[in-house]
Amino acid sequence: MAYSEKVLEHFKNPKNVGTLDKSKSNVGTGLVGAPECGDVMRLQIEVDEITGMIKDAKFKTFGCGSAIASSSLATEWLKGKSIDEALTIDNMDIVEELALPPVKIHCSVLAEDAIRSAIKDYKTKNNLVEAQTK
Amino acid sequence: MSNKLIYLDNNATTPTDPRVVETMVPYFYNFPGNAASRSHPFGWQAEEAVDYAREQIASLINVDSKEIIFTSGATESDNLALKGVFEMYQRKGNHIITLETEHKAVLDSCKKIEKMGGQVTYLKVQRDGLVNLEELEAAIKDNTILVSIMWANNETGVIQPMEEIGKICAKKGVLFMSDATQAVGKIPVDPKAVGVHLMAFTAHKMYGPKGVGALFVNRKNPRVKVTSQMDGGGHERGMRSGTLNVPGIVGFGKAAEIAKNEMAQDAERLSKLRDRLEEGFLNSLEEIYVNGNTQHRMPHVTNISFKHVEGEGLMMTFNQNIAVSSGSACTSASLEPSYVLIALGLGDDLAHSSIRFSLGRFTTEEEIDITLDMLRKGVNHMRDLSPIWEMYKEGIDLESVQWTEH
Repeated sequence: MAYSEKVLEHFKNPKNVGTLDKSKSNVGTGLVGAPECGDVMRLQIEVDEITGMIKDAKFKTFGCGSAIASSSLATEWLKGKSIDEALTIDNMDIVEELALPPVKIHCSVLAEDAIRSAIKDYKTKNNLVEAQTK
Repeated sequence: MSNKLIYLDNNATTPTDPRVVETMVPYFYNFPGNAASRSHPFGWQAEEAVDYAREQIASLINVDSKEIIFTSGATESDNLALKGVFEMYQRKGNHIITLETEHKAVLDSCKKIEKMGGQVTYLKVQRDGLVNLEELEAAIKDNTILVSIMWANNETGVIQPMEEIGKICAKKGVLFMSDATQAVGKIPVDPKAVGVHLMAFTAHKMYGPKGVGALFVNRKNPRVKVTSQMDGGGHERGMRSGTLNVPGIVGFGKAAEIAKNEMAQDAERLSKLRDRLEEGFLNSLEEIYVNGNTQHRMPHVTNISFKHVEGEGLMMTFNQNIAVSSGSACTSASLEPSYVLIALGLGDDLAHSSIRFSLGRFTTEEEIDITLDMLRKGVNHMRDLSPIWEMYKEGIDLESVQWTEH
């Protein structure tokens, strides 16, 4: 199967690979997927406590090229967004941007799950009311 | 093949040996006849060429040339053997025994036989991929007609104890069939010596052309027959109709002749290269597992799990340069890891992390060293990206983590 140029670029030079200190109250961590399924994504956001904007995002992913590209792209999109804006990121936006084939759509779904899971973790830590999610 | 591309997927198919191609070419132009044409020299020449190839192939596996039935490939041979025996021996019984690790051509034929009213037992294998002989013997019932066990596995290269299986089949009076696609031409294969009555194999796994295979059918003690699955002109002693692929068969014959002469030296050279590759990984990377029995194994194959790295992603780090095969079928809609590795008792995570390297006649030492280097870099790149690797390094028990299945 041939990968799109954008997937290859994210795969070769992934953006924002790394780990944030999950013990900090302004860091939200999402860990989704399972090794048995061949995909595990860990996505973290660091929120600026004054502005409420996501000032940093990091990921590590165990998975195929599309899974790595999806999470790399997700971290790029998250930076500079507010929590509410971040929740509007839809998996189909990722599919379109990376030109993922139908068999790889689950990778984008996992990335969306990871974003939501990281935000949920951040909100839980900070006793914020869970906003209406789609 | 381009120089910069390294081909380590010889279990999928082998490149055709140039000596084979040379032998085939005249049968497209100078001798275009149909081997079944009895009334003119074109037909006679074609028939003579087919007879000669049949001798070459029979000689490779030490059988009589009359016991070779030409087909379109090993898949057709497997279908013909299984369905053909099932139909031919219905009065004796309807039960067939095979292994969970067989090729799909065998497993899917067995599924079809179940729909046709047959019973099939799919035996589990041991952790090293070998059949449990006691379980096999215990599985043979009064209505069992056939045991079908592959000679060597395509994914792991594990070689089954053919002689012992043959003895059990002889003792119990059941037919023994083997898919020997991966073994013929690479290691000594002598079906009669081990009591195999039917054996499927193909040209393109032994440096011959694609689209031509064979089924060995034992003619004496016992005389085995199969019901044809392809009806028409009654070719191949009525067992497989259809105009013979003369150039393909000529190439198959030449490939068999070369294999017979060069098998021993190829095997010795390739097993050294394979060991160099395997040891290179084991000595330089952590958490590397070789899958399947390493004593009873084909000389040119190794199947390795690179733990905490997903196989398809790993392949992406080098697949512009090196061709291998992944035990993770993430590209298919099913997202299923290899059923063969799962049958060996590997967890899904290790199965998803596996890569099969299958070397061939044209593999060089330099290519192995390049592969080692690129794979090491790829594994390290993927581990840097892997949250599971990080957790493992932190000493977190991955079994205790609440994963979200999806």
